[in-house]
Amino acid sequence: MINASLTELAAALAGKKISSAELTGLFLERAQAANPRLNCFITLDPERTLAQARAADARLAAGKGAPLTGIPVAHKDIFCASGWLTTCGSRMLSNFVSPYDAHVIERFNAAGAVILGKTNMDEFAMGSSNENSYYGPVRNPWDAGAVPGGSSGGSAAAVAARLTPAATGTDTGGSIRQPAALCGVSGIKPTYGLVSRYGMIAYASSLDQGGPIARSAADLAVLLNAMVGFDARDSTSLERAPEDCTRALEHSLDGLRIGLPREFFGEGLSADVARAVDEAIASLRTLGCRVVEVSLPNTRLSIPAYYVLAPAEASSNLARYDGVRYGYRTAQYDDLLDMYMKSRAEGFGAEVRRRILMGTYVLSHGYYDAYYLQAQKIRRLIARDFAAAFERCDLIAGPTSPSVAFNLGARAQDPVQMYLSDIYTIGVNLAGLPGLSIPCGFGEGGRPVGLQLIGNYFGESRMLNAAHRYQQATDWHLRQPDGEARP
Amino acid sequence: MLLSVEDVQRIATLARIAVPERDIDRIAGELQAIFGLIEQMQAVDTRGVEPMAHAQDVVLRLRPDAVSESDRREQFQAVAASVEAGLYLVPKVIE
Repeated sequence: MINASLTELAAALAGKKISSAELTGLFLERAQAANPRLNCFITLDPERTLAQARAADARLAAGKGAPLTGIPVAHKDIFCASGWLTTCGSRMLSNFVSPYDAHVIERFNAAGAVILGKTNMDEFAMGSSNENSYYGPVRNPWDAGAVPGGSSGGSAAAVAARLTPAATGTDTGGSIRQPAALCGVSGIKPTYGLVSRYGMIAYASSLDQGGPIARSAADLAVLLNAMVGFDARDSTSLERAPEDCTRALEHSLDGLRIGLPREFFGEGLSADVARAVDEAIASLRTLGCRVVEVSLPNTRLSIPAYYVLAPAEASSNLARYDGVRYGYRTAQYDDLLDMYMKSRAEGFGAEVRRRILMGTYVLSHGYYDAYYLQAQKIRRLIARDFAAAFERCDLIAGPTSPSVAFNLGARAQDPVQMYLSDIYTIGVNLAGLPGLSIPCGFGEGGRPVGLQLIGNYFGESRMLNAAHRYQQATDWHLRQPDGEARP
Repeated sequence: MLLSVEDVQRIATLARIAVPERDIDRIAGELQAIFGLIEQMQAVDTRGVEPMAHAQDVVLRLRPDAVSESDRREQFQAVAASVEAGLYLVPKVIE
């Protein structure tokens, strides 16, 4: 049951082979047993979860089930869920019980899915290793000495360890794709604007996008169908006719043009990752894809541009945490300014404080043109590079991350080294394109390698189609960490 | 560009984040290293390039001027640090 696909689970629930309460109980037990070791969850609330499962059973019994009814889904602790502690991995929100649901949570609730728990993450989604959480680091199920990636590290690790059939994440610079790659699971960041940001705690609003993490591309398609949809409460939500992301899964890949950006295969890419990705591309060829070389010449500039734009937006978004209306307030203060300054110094961790300071600096008087405006222009150049590449190919393929999961603590003291590990994922966010990562082998230390597929705007179905056909021809996505294999 | 101690203090005040004296040098050094990375951008000729704020060209939607939210003040104030008579309490700002 822990390895069943979402479609199989839905069939088992509909056919009364198992109840949602039983299925949910099974995953809850696994999550509770593994949490002291892996630290995937910030909050588990069995009573609340099982009540929702029993409600799903009633709905199924009444014949009103939908594809996700009764299926437990874990949510990154960035999504506000009514009645649930919603911390965003921060001391600042360590006392925040959300009074409302994010749009994504509303959608899952409406589909009858069950909230399994809230997953650990880098504080305010700022990080690539899940070491920046106020609730401690998550450990990689493949190797407890390795990071799971971040910022959606708890979600990816929970899916890899079979603690949940599926989870949600958010991706501002790679935070769904990179942990999916490092944990050997599948994850997709949709086109910017498809998934509502309402109730998804803001980091960098022009880049943030929610998406699912699961064990296969076919499962991602089912989850995406539930998550995508117009929402008037998000001013950048796109009004589009609903699309069934599962409809093209089985299409042939004959003649599909795969572009390989030469900048993704050069200096900085580890040999073990390069080998696995090359083999994956050979498999895609066997499936009928044609491979063409493309160029994304400004790739190198995506990191500097991101580390101006994202902190600038963060410094503005996180100004709301002042200890007045909600969130942490310091115990001792002299006056209002002192209360703000101490509450924010104590409520935010080191990386969040650092990015707020960077953002404040680049937006401060006299520096705006040199940093913020220049970064916005480079953002345009990067988007143009992708547009030019997509004139020559249908999908872009490459590594998700330049190396396999690194050791806990290895990069924690060097922010610049940490930032550079997002080189292949950030450009996608700056351009607003969809990107996914699927497992494609193992590298050093038996740690998983991820293959990234990037699509043109609204190309999700085509990307999932290619990923699904690849997963039908290979079994990397079925592998699971040794210690977590017990049913 | 070189970040001075005064720069860090000024930014920290603007950002409303207290920074202890003893940490300022370390923070200046870390920010300096990050800005070393960011400075790569300055070598790029971007004359004539339109700045890009967003991936999609969306315009703000208009909506009918109708009440869409209900009064949930009690629930929203339940998560505040200090509340009295429906008001948020903060230290006195006007003498």
